Amino acid sequence: MKFSDFVAVDAIRSDIESDTKQGVIREIAEALVEAGKIAPGELEGIVKAIMKREDLGSTGIGRGVAVPHTKHPSVDRLVGTVAISRKGIEFESLDGEPVQLFFLLVSPPDRPGDHLRALENISRQLRDEGFCKRLKASQTPAEIEHLLEEADHHGFVS
Amino acid sequence: MNCCLESMSQPTISREVVVGIRQGLHARPADLLAREARKWQSRIELVGKAQRADGKSILELLTLAAETGTRLVVEVTGPDAQEAIEAIGGLFDRNFNEQINGNDAPGETRR
Repeated sequence: MKFSDFVAVDAIRSDIESDTKQGVIREIAEALVEAGKIAPGELEGIVKAIMKREDLGSTGIGRGVAVPHTKHPSVDRLVGTVAISRKGIEFESLDGEPVQLFFLLVSPPDRPGDHLRALENISRQLRDEGFCKRLKASQTPAEIEHLLEEADHHGFVS
Repeated sequence: MNCCLESMSQPTISREVVVGIRQGLHARPADLLAREARKWQSRIELVGKAQRADGKSILELLTLAAETGTRLVVEVTGPDAQEAIEAIGGLFDRNFNEQINGNDAPGETRR
């Protein structure tokens, strides 16, 4: 799976303002609403579901990256986006590092394979430290989009 | 030099495990696995068909994209290898505990 298969480019954000876990998740989910990827009426339910999933264990996967996610019946295909927090958010990650890079995913309840392959793509690409750093240093959504495209086409496989 | 000789003299033990979780080895079991692996001094790796992952890194474990039914080999090298492999194998044997066996989606589960 590629980034372009699930990342809604209109919902990419390069400067998240919130400084709490819930605030960040809401801000990113709102971006997906604005991009027309999730229905406005589903926003609250989705934010709540993602927070409930976080309560089961942080989705911080290390290296300043988190993958907050949920399944939700209101989407018929995997939707997601990328957002950056300049200051970094305390996310109770295993390595203790604050999170700067967020990949938020909402998937249909019956597609666990797609979700798994999106996680695989994200983690495989971010294993490359150079890519991870460049992504975090991006200043605009367009810059992030270009980096994702580059990764899709050439790979940053180390 | 000493360290290398030392690690060379440590035998590697391994066992096969099967991913029994319906959702595959997704973020939460990967997190549980890495947390368990970090309790041990030994080097712990999970080996899939195409690649191997450091058992102490969630990021690497997710690159395995191990769907349900996938067979993996756990390889452990180090002073506490026996205890570590039992602990890691136990997680798979117990399906990473029942509460995550069914679902990773609080949005549709009723708790």
